[in-house]
Amino acid sequence: MQHFYFDHNATTPVDPEVLETAVTCLGQVYGNASSIHHFGQAAKQRLEAARRQVAALINASAAEIVFTSGGTEADNLAILGVTRASTATRKHFITCAIEHPAVISPAKQLGAEGVEITCLRVPSSGIVSPDDIQRALRPETVLVSIMHANNELGTLQPIAEIARTVHHAGAALHVDGVQALGKVPVDVESLGVDLYSMSGHKLYAPKGVGALYVRKGARMAPISYGGHHERDRRPGTENVPGIAAFGAAAELAGRRMAEDAERLTTLRDRLENAVLERIPGTGINGSRWNRVPNTSNLYFDGIDGEAMVIALDLRGFAVSTGAACSSGALSPSHVLKAIGLSDDRARASMRFSLGRGNTTAQVDALIEAIGSSVAHLRRISVHA
Amino acid sequence: MPEAPIAVGISVGQALPPANSPPIAVAMSGGVDSSTVAAMLARQGRPVVGMTMQLWNQRRLPELAVEGAGAGRCCSLDDVYDARRVAEQIGIPYYVVNFERQFEEQVVKPFVAEYLAGRTPIPCTLCNNYIKFDRFLDMADSVGAHYMATGHYARVRCDPASGRYQLLRAVDESKDQTYFLFGLTQAQLARTLFPLGELNKSEVRDMARAMDLAVASKGDSQEICFVPNGDYAAFMDAYLKEKGVAVERATGEIVTTDGRTLGRHEGVHHFTVGQRKGLGIATGEPLYVIATDPASQRVTVGANDDLQRARLVAKEVNWISIAGLAPGATLRAEVKIRNKHAAAAATLRATDRADRVEVQFDDPQRAVTPGQGAVFYAGEIVLGGGWIE
Repeated sequence: MQHFYFDHNATTPVDPEVLETAVTCLGQVYGNASSIHHFGQAAKQRLEAARRQVAALINASAAEIVFTSGGTEADNLAILGVTRASTATRKHFITCAIEHPAVISPAKQLGAEGVEITCLRVPSSGIVSPDDIQRALRPETVLVSIMHANNELGTLQPIAEIARTVHHAGAALHVDGVQALGKVPVDVESLGVDLYSMSGHKLYAPKGVGALYVRKGARMAPISYGGHHERDRRPGTENVPGIAAFGAAAELAGRRMAEDAERLTTLRDRLENAVLERIPGTGINGSRWNRVPNTSNLYFDGIDGEAMVIALDLRGFAVSTGAACSSGALSPSHVLKAIGLSDDRARASMRFSLGRGNTTAQVDALIEAIGSSVAHLRRISVHA
Repeated sequence: MPEAPIAVGISVGQALPPANSPPIAVAMSGGVDSSTVAAMLARQGRPVVGMTMQLWNQRRLPELAVEGAGAGRCCSLDDVYDARRVAEQIGIPYYVVNFERQFEEQVVKPFVAEYLAGRTPIPCTLCNNYIKFDRFLDMADSVGAHYMATGHYARVRCDPASGRYQLLRAVDESKDQTYFLFGLTQAQLARTLFPLGELNKSEVRDMARAMDLAVASKGDSQEICFVPNGDYAAFMDAYLKEKGVAVERATGEIVTTDGRTLGRHEGVHHFTVGQRKGLGIATGEPLYVIATDPASQRVTVGANDDLQRARLVAKEVNWISIAGLAPGATLRAEVKIRNKHAAAAATLRATDRADRVEVQFDDPQRAVTPGQGAVFYAGEIVLGGGWIE
C-alpha cells in the first residue's frame, strides 16, 4: 500500500539536498569544532557557514544564533535563561493558552520558582490580541513569549505589533517560530523580536537540531553547564552534521519559500474547499485568514478524530489529531479547547499539514478518503 | 522472522472468518495471552490490527504510587511498549486508543459509587460490558474491522438450533473468565473471537515461546488493574479527594448479629461481606463481616456460619445462551457468586420482571455479596447472569 504524508507540522522528510550535506559531514567532517587542528577547523568552518545560513533566513547576524538540540531546548533556553538572568526581585512572565508545551511547561517551572505567570486567553480566531498583552503587561514583566505560527491551527500572531507593545513596557519578547520558519518570511529586525526559536526538522532538516536567535545585548543565563561552546550560552560539542544540514535547509527554504507557499496554499485550499462543500457538518478551526500556507484544521461533527486518524492511516493517509500522551494514545488538543471548542468538537477535529512532497493527485485521493471515512464513522456513531 | 510451525492450523475453538474478510481488531494488553492471539491470527494469514486501550492515567492520584509499581498494572508504559514490540515483531499495524474518559465514567465512577452504597462491585465486568466489548468494538468498526479478538479464556459458538450465540467456559477451567463476561449481548458475541478458549495457559505460553514473542515469559496480571496493590479503599479515598468530594467522616458502629456494639469503623466502604481481617476488634472467636448498611453506617459482624445464605436475587439479568425465562418459570442451573466460587446447584425462578431472577441454592453458600455477579451455568454453557442485590 502507498502511504501519503499530510503531517508536516509534526515533522518533515529530509530534503535530498539537505541529506547530502548531512551525510557528507557525518562521513568526512568528524573533527571537534573546538579543536585547533585541521580537522577541528574543517568542522568549525561548517558550523559557522551554517550559522550564517540560518542567520540569513531570519535577517539576523551570525553571532546572534545559538544552536541547540531543537525547538524545545531553544524555548527552554529563552524562557528560563532570560527570566533567570533578570536580577529584579519581582518578576512577571506572560504567555498565552495556545502555546506549545515547550513554552507552557517552562512557564510552569518559572511559576514554581516564584515568578508570576499570566497565561492569556485566546479568541476563537486563534490569534492573540495585542490589546490583551498590553493590558497584561506590568512594570515587573521581564519576558513575553508568544508563538509566531500555531502548530495546530497555523494561525499567525501579530508579532510586530506585540513587539512594539512589549518593548514600550520595557520587557523582552520571545517568539516560538518553530512552525513559521520556512513557511512565511521571518525578519527579526522588522518584527522586532528579542529571541526567536527554530527547529530543523520542521524545515526538511534532520531531527535533533534547532537554534535560538538572541538579539545582541539581550541578557540570558545558560540553563546547562559545561564548556565554552556557542559563546558560553549553550555548552556541549556541536552536532556539526545536524547543524550543517540545518544550514543547508535554511538556505533552501529561503530559495523556495515563495514557490512553496504558493503551491501549498493552492493545495490546502483545494482540500478545504472540497471538504467544506461536499461534507456537511464541517468547518475550519481558527481564522481562515492570517495562516501559514500549509495548515488546515477542520472539524467533522459527530466523528471521533482518534478513530478517523487510525482509519485514514490504514488507508495510507497520515494526518493528526489532538496531542499524543506518553503511551502514544491521543488526548483532545489543549489548543482547540483554549480557543473555545467544546470537548466533542475538539475530539472531532483533525489537522492536515501539507509539504513539498504533496501533489494534487494525493490531495484528491485524501479528499476521497476523508469523505468515505467521515460517512462510515457517522454511520457507526448513529448506532453507538 | 522464521515461521514457527506450531501456529499453523491451530484450532481456535470457533470458525474464523475467511482470510479475505475485513481485518480483525485484537485488543492487546501487552500480556502473553493477547499477544499470542494477535500473533496466531497474523500467522494464519488474517489481516490483523492491534490496539491497546489506554484506560487510566497511572500518574493520577500520586499518593497511591508504590515502590516498583507499574509492572502488571493496566496502561503502564511498559505494557504499551511490550504490545507495540509484539505488533512490530509480527508485522501488524498497531495503535494505542484513548478510552480514559469512558473508563472513568463507566467503570471507575460506578465502582466507587457501589462501594459507597455498601456493595462490592466487579469493575472488570463493567469494563467488559461498556469498554472492551462496546467502545472497542466501535473503534474496530471505525477502522474497518468487523471482528474483535481478545485473550480471554472463554469460548463462543453459534448454536444452529436456536440461532443464538453461546458463551462457554474455557477448556482450561483454572483460567476460565466467563464469570466476568456474563453481560455480553448477542450483538457483541456475534463479533467476538476468543481464540484461546480451547487452550491451556501452558499451551499458550508454549506457543508464545515457539513464535519467539518477547512477552512469552511475562507474569500474569493481577487484581483490579487501576487499583494499586488491591487496596481499593486507599484508591477510593484518593479518588474522592481528587474529585473534591468531601466524604463525610462516615464513621459507624460495628455490631453483632444479636445487636451488641463492638466498636467503631471509618466508613462502610472499607468492608466487604465475608471479610475477616481489618475489623480492629479482638474477640475470642473469629468474626466476619455479614452485612454493611450505608444508611445507618452499620457494619454487622458474626460467626462464619452466619455468612451462609441459600437464596439471592439477581438483578439486571442478561441472558446469553437462552432467550430468557417466562415469569414464574424455573430452571435448574449451577450458579457462581464470585470468580473463585465453585458453581453450586440451584433453581432459578423468574420473577414478574424479566431481568430479575430468584436463585435458590440446594445448599447454603458462604458470603453471598451484594454487587458481585451471579452467573448461571448449564455445564459448560453460560446461560446468563446478573448482579446480586
